[in-house]
Amino acid sequence: MLNKLRLVWIVAQREMRDQFRDWRVLAPMIILTLAFPFLMDQFAKQTVNFLNQYDANLILDRLAPFSIMIIGFFPITVSLVVALESFVGEKERGTIEPLLTAPFDDWQLYFGKLFVGAATPLIASYLSIGLYLLLVRRQDLAMPSPFVMMQLLLLTGAHAVLMVSAAIVISVQSTSVKAANLLASFIVIPVAILMQSEAAMLFWGDDKMLWLAVVGVLVIAALLIRLGIAHFEREYLLGREIDSLNFKWMLKTFWQKFVGGANSVGAWYRLSVGAALRRVAPSVVIMLFVAAFSVWFSYDWVQTNLSRTLSRATPAQLEEVEETVNELSNFSSLGGKFSASYLFLNNTRAVAVISALGAVSFGVLGVLFYMLNVGLIGGVYAVWKLLNVSSLFVFFDGRFAARNF
Amino acid sequence: MIETQDLSKQFHDFMAVDGVNLTVGAGKILALLGQNGAGKTTTVRMLTAILHPSRGSARVAGYDVAKNGHAVRAEVGALTEHHGLYMRMTALEYMDFFGRIYNLSPALRKSRIDNLLEYFGLAEAAKRRIGEYSKGMRQKLALARAMIHEPSVLLLDEPTSAMDPESARLVRDEIARLKSAQRAIMLCSHNLSEVEALADQVAIIYRGKILIQGGLDEVKTQALGSPKYIVQFASAWDAAGLELPQGMELLEKTPTSLKVKTDAPQQTNPELIRRLAALSAPTLALQEEKQTLEQAYLQTMAAARGIEYAQ
Repeated sequence: MLNKLRLVWIVAQREMRDQFRDWRVLAPMIILTLAFPFLMDQFAKQTVNFLNQYDANLILDRLAPFSIMIIGFFPITVSLVVALESFVGEKERGTIEPLLTAPFDDWQLYFGKLFVGAATPLIASYLSIGLYLLLVRRQDLAMPSPFVMMQLLLLTGAHAVLMVSAAIVISVQSTSVKAANLLASFIVIPVAILMQSEAAMLFWGDDKMLWLAVVGVLVIAALLIRLGIAHFEREYLLGREIDSLNFKWMLKTFWQKFVGGANSVGAWYRLSVGAALRRVAPSVVIMLFVAAFSVWFSYDWVQTNLSRTLSRATPAQLEEVEETVNELSNFSSLGGKFSASYLFLNNTRAVAVISALGAVSFGVLGVLFYMLNVGLIGGVYAVWKLLNVSSLFVFFDGRFAARNF
Repeated sequence: MIETQDLSKQFHDFMAVDGVNLTVGAGKILALLGQNGAGKTTTVRMLTAILHPSRGSARVAGYDVAKNGHAVRAEVGALTEHHGLYMRMTALEYMDFFGRIYNLSPALRKSRIDNLLEYFGLAEAAKRRIGEYSKGMRQKLALARAMIHEPSVLLLDEPTSAMDPESARLVRDEIARLKSAQRAIMLCSHNLSEVEALADQVAIIYRGKILIQGGLDEVKTQALGSPKYIVQFASAWDAAGLELPQGMELLEKTPTSLKVKTDAPQQTNPELIRRLAALSAPTLALQEEKQTLEQAYLQTMAAARGIEYAQ
């Protein structure tokens, strides 16, 4: 393993040397690192004076952590340039090909570049934060606790990894630095929105809220790394066919893969469906676990929380709940409302929404939405159980027997 | 050392390489010739395990390119189409970087780098940034990089294209030395006189398919037909009374020369000389008309396109 990491380090060292010889990278990094703490210090001074007039203590308390988050972010923006240059630049100049003929594994090349892309701007970012802390000590500002400081440093690191891993994904899809820079807006805009929501969390949430941001950013960064490694293949890196959209080929390939060599519907089921199910079997197993967990979680949550609520309910409220549950579980009273076609369409819609959400969020939102859907089952069962209704009976019979009440 | 069977590569609907069968043994040089876009670079990329074959197989230095890509890359030295030099590095740093990738010890690295840079005349410029190098110097450095780990197989794409005659000679000598050191070498080049000087075998590729391959003479004969001979007379002579030996065909006749074609020169040529002497012809010389690889290449390409080759 050490020998494998040695190659990662060799790539990283070369990248680092290259970075420190490129004034286009060095100049913005130095300026952002050194200038922004002073600017932010002035900004803090003005803000303190202004807010003291209105006793806006909440904002004053959070001003230093907020400034640290912003200052940490500026040098990190360079990581985007570094990463794009490191990947697409190499592709564009053709310097990647000799590397690809060398005895590297794809992941070694990937991590060597990822490490430098994130590490150097991150060091600059931490230096900038350190400088700002020195400056801000002179002011009458509440300094963040070591705990919050750790969260902010972690968050800054997570931002760096997120931006570099996203830049790598973009780089793999581009054949020129120009195209990659255009695509980089798909990183800059979401990250800007992310920063705004983190700032909101910082001002209106408690200290623990920042952990959510740290974990969230790290999860997305991990997914982007996973995606980057999957696409960081020698063959893909040298391919230029991504420059053009070949709809004819796309349709043909889709049809070939979809039909899978079958010449009848029966053969299609035999050849394609089985093979497709085998391919997605691990994902199906994971989703079954997710479903089981969701059902258990919501069942447990409802059991714990609803029983507490019901114990405090008045007899009239209890009666109302019973009536609602009765109505909900008596499927026969719903008549044609829940016809087979309605249920089928409803499920199809749910699957479509889950797929669409998953497609734009590396599967994260899709899984969450799926958990919400499936989790309802556990919640409903828990309600029936609390009201002494046999859920198994409802499950098998499809209707609720009023006499049970 | 290099062996391909039905090696093919398809990009979308485009068949870049189609059923290529090649063999290059140790101590042999195969020249792969073809137009730009014929499939040479794709073939080389498959042999360096960068691209996966869509069909067929290839073994390089005993390893399957599809299954043992890592091992293949460790055994191959490739001079790629793009030399891929880092302009902000010095030649020393660049060579050291690749030496470390190939896991050479510091002492071995130093001696190999010194030797290669010295051989290619780059020792004096070793500490200068590559960005300051001329085109030829860059090409020599790229070639030196491909040799740093003393690979058993070399894949060289246009090794002398940007070089001055002196440097090109140096590189040719080095390739010849590597051949005698039992390396298997595949050479992609448009410089056909260089190929004639170096290669043992030639393969001409067109639209992904090998049109013709074999030894140099074999390829020339396949492309241009039987060898042609010219008889030159010291003065004008009427050849009307001359009967050509069996198997010899008259192609062209002028007062001072004859051009003939024969499949068996060992038998027909001595007989022709005898008959000319018997007729007291003022024979000055009987010599083979030089058939060049360039002619063979152009003839093959013309035939592939269905047009007539104009010499």
